[in-house]
Amino acid sequence: MDRPQSDVLTATPFEIKGSMLTLLELRLHSTGLEAIAQHLAEKVAKAPGMFRNAPIVVDLQALVQADGLDLAGLAAVLRGHGLVPVGVRGGSPPLQAAAVEAGLGLLSAERRGETRPVPAKAAAAGGKTRVVTQPVRSGQQIYADGGDLVVLAAVSPGAEVLADGNIHVYGPLRGRALAGAHGDRTARIFCQCLEAELVSIAGHYRLFEELDPALRGRAVQVFETGDNLMLQPL
Amino acid sequence: MAKVIVVTSGKGGVGKTTTSAAFATGLARKGHKTAVIDFDVGLRNLDLIMGCERRVVYDFVNVINNEANLNQALIRDKRVENLHILPASQTRDKEALTLEGVGRVLEELGREFDYIVCDSPAGIEHGAYAAMYYADEALVVTNPEVSSVRDSDRILGIMASKSRRAVQGDTPIREHLVLTRYSHQRVARGEMLGVDDVLEILGIPLLGVIPESQSVLQASNAGVPVILEESSDAGQSYDDVVARFLGEERPHRHMNGEKKGLLRRLFGT
Repeated sequence: MDRPQSDVLTATPFEIKGSMLTLLELRLHSTGLEAIAQHLAEKVAKAPGMFRNAPIVVDLQALVQADGLDLAGLAAVLRGHGLVPVGVRGGSPPLQAAAVEAGLGLLSAERRGETRPVPAKAAAAGGKTRVVTQPVRSGQQIYADGGDLVVLAAVSPGAEVLADGNIHVYGPLRGRALAGAHGDRTARIFCQCLEAELVSIAGHYRLFEELDPALRGRAVQVFETGDNLMLQPL
Repeated sequence: MAKVIVVTSGKGGVGKTTTSAAFATGLARKGHKTAVIDFDVGLRNLDLIMGCERRVVYDFVNVINNEANLNQALIRDKRVENLHILPASQTRDKEALTLEGVGRVLEELGREFDYIVCDSPAGIEHGAYAAMYYADEALVVTNPEVSSVRDSDRILGIMASKSRRAVQGDTPIREHLVLTRYSHQRVARGEMLGVDDVLEILGIPLLGVIPESQSVLQASNAGVPVILEESSDAGQSYDDVVARFLGEERPHRHMNGEKKGLLRRLFGT
């Protein structure tokens, strides 16, 4: 009797997937190979296990003066200490060409994961407003990337709504709301019925262990003035 | 093609299997050919509640793995015509329920049956996911108490985003609230959430309220779905649930004396 095919695609020999991996980075401050080699030797001696066969990316972005950097030589120094150089990040076009010559890949100069304050203009000019009409249930997370978020239903306890811009909740807000997610301190949160667990503007948050009876259940806006997070009835 | 109805909750122990058994029995009694499937691999209970635990030869996983066919695994109910049970495996684990395998079995059942009731395990992991994935409608079983309501909300969110209908952009699963173990005295004392409190939080239509009842335990001990206990309050309420599901209007009974619910008493309205 034939067994049924399993769910996994077995027809193709491989798949290519995007992946987020953590890698060692060598952030170069200067170009002299001898100094680099010596410093590297000291580092590796202290923790040989950490560096053996470890893939490493060479970050060129901190280099003020990149002339005279011998990338092929650098790669050889790294390999000599057991590291596996896999690519470079940043660098001028000639340097990148040299990297390719040396068999290294090119990674994007932009760093992900770091929250840097984005000027308010950029956030406002950004994406469209995202409108959500269904309740945001416990455990769900809605993120309006680059724009405002409008929710036309309830946000349950344990749910999270985030936006780079403003957040409007035309229903009870019982979960968490985080506006100005990328650092826009002018972002605001407007809700029809405040019962939130937590609100935040550009990372500045207030946890509501107990809600002020004057505000509970009322239409409220949340915004920052100076260093203070303000909650005001609408 | 049959309608697939998942009976789910998130929270454990709120009455999913009791409800699946009663609901499927009720549908069959009204003349609809009904299959009820236990998705709780490894912790199967449906066979006990239906009183057929000593008649299990092959199970759902056997059918998915082509070790048996549906006719060999399906158990005919001895009391109610049109009712069939597909028990879960007790020895395998949940990973045996592949989505593709489940889909195949549901499709085969769908050709012969009017309704397929899927008794979901508790939780939000693979077993519960497999039970809800192909659903057309859902009975969300909830106790009038805060953790059950929170978990039901969670499962509603998951159904709204990860069911096949959601993933394929079809009309969403039709959701119904079944509020179980309801005690109007406890609501009156402010110990339990009232119906309106639960509806306010979950925002889905109420299919029925099943009162806390001794008859549920008695029925499960006897291996008889409680809907067949015609004199019991819980049994009658399940009968109402089935009738409303099929489009009949039935007033809510066994709820009398409800005063202000918990939330209203705390926050005043």
